[in-house]
Amino acid sequence: MVQEVLLRLCAGFVKTIELFLLTLAGAVPLGLIIAFGSMAKFKLLKIVVRFIVWIVRGTPLMLQLIVIYYGPGLLFHQNIWGMGTSGRFTAVMVAFIINYSCYFSEIYRGGIESISKGQYEAGQVLGLTKRQVFFKIVLLQVIKRIVPPMGNEIITLVKDTSLARVIAVYELIWAGQTFIKSDGIIWPLFMTGVFYLLFSGILTILLAKFEKKLSYFN
Amino acid sequence: MPILEVKDIHKHFGANEVLKGISFSLEKGDVLGIIGSSGGGKTTLLRCINFLERADKGTISVNGKVIFDADQHNLTVEQQRENQLNFGLVFQQFNLFPQYTVLENVELAPRLLKRYPEAEIRERSMTLIKRVGLEQKIDMYPCQLSGGQQQRVAIARALAMNPSILCFDEPTSALDPELTGEVLKVIRELAEAKMTMIVVTHEIAFARDLSDKIIFLDHGVIAEEGPAKQVVDNPQNERTKAFLSKY
Ligand SMILES: Nc1ncnc2c1ncn2[C@@H]1O[C@H](COP(=O)(O)OP(=O)(O)OP(=O)(O)O)[C@@H](O)[C@H]1O
Ligand SMILES: [Mg+2]
Repeated sequence: MVQEVLLRLCAGFVKTIELFLLTLAGAVPLGLIIAFGSMAKFKLLKIVVRFIVWIVRGTPLMLQLIVIYYGPGLLFHQNIWGMGTSGRFTAVMVAFIINYSCYFSEIYRGGIESISKGQYEAGQVLGLTKRQVFFKIVLLQVIKRIVPPMGNEIITLVKDTSLARVIAVYELIWAGQTFIKSDGIIWPLFMTGVFYLLFSGILTILLAKFEKKLSYFN
Repeated sequence: MPILEVKDIHKHFGANEVLKGISFSLEKGDVLGIIGSSGGGKTTLLRCINFLERADKGTISVNGKVIFDADQHNLTVEQQRENQLNFGLVFQQFNLFPQYTVLENVELAPRLLKRYPEAEIRERSMTLIKRVGLEQKIDMYPCQLSGGQQQRVAIARALAMNPSILCFDEPTSALDPELTGEVLKVIRELAEAKMTMIVVTHEIAFARDLSDKIIFLDHGVIAEEGPAKQVVDNPQNERTKAFLSKY
């Protein structure tokens, strides 16, 4: 029995990690694009982007999941996500990536705006191009500043992956929960907590290491 | 022919006219001191000369060649950057790059812009760092240095691009009083080596000793200018007198 539970939990955990990694892979770059949009000189673009970010950050991810999965079907009488497990998984990925890129974009924007004008000007009077100033001077300083808040979001993401359950993606919590119905035992569900703790624990250590690596300057 | 000729520079921010027609010239190897009360436009003038602000009107010529003309908008970004490299600027707040060591700060721009062959960049940088007396600190990061040391690195960094004219905006104003001396000493040595410089400063005694010429900038106009000792010791303008009497 124990073996069976562990096997099924591990399968759920793999899905959880998949959700986690794919969300990061999508939201880290997309967040940067949204951040640039939210700082655009072109006013209309800036307002539109900030409005979208406000909506996404101001509503629960759970609700966004439901809207994104069921919304198109209700509107167009057609399920654009495709049938079955893979369709649901795609919908979850879209919702997660949109949600997290909006959060990340705000962190990026805060980081970029926190760099003093003097850094740009010092680069400019030395004759550096805008690109060189951004990539050789500003970027690492931004990264250093966003590591702590990004770390918090990433740890939150570990736990948020459990929300995928609401549209029946078989992630870790789901795997634990099935044993209540089928075998009347609840400890597998409790046991999922250990997986989350281990995962977020490892991430916390890695993030702290990275932060330490960048601590040689301020 | 003067190395620098600034003609009729105007600059306003909104309704606030900060520079109301500034003209002066500077001979090669000379030091120009700029003094004046707060808000008079000294920083704005240096920023216009260094292309950090665009003047609304006026021209700037280096060695007889017009490198800025407010009426001309057709310079490419590259030409502009090339023109700007006639000048170096040392900021009040140093603005060193915190993630780079002393040596890296000095080498960054020449290396990225491939100004010299690699070996020469290293050699020149080391020479400059020695010149500001920091050869013991080449591998330190800015946060490990005192303000005075940081400002000396900033001077070496500005010199690394080999500007014809080096500008200072109150280079010692952000420093503790006991640290100003080491920075002033470096600037004085540069003057002795005949570096052409423009120095905005509140250190009147220093400006008097160092400069060949002093400009007193008041509310966006040059209220008085002349040989340094004459302006400081025997000012003619009422406003200059009032300003200097505070020192
Ligand atoms: N970017 C800006 N936008 C609007 N106003 C500005 C800007 N920069 C400077 N000013 C205004 O221009 C005037 C001159 O400022 P500036 O910094 O050139 O004076 P300063 O002579 O350097 O003074 P200080 O001795 O305090 O450094 C001030 O009234 C200032 O408020
Ligand atoms: Mg100033």
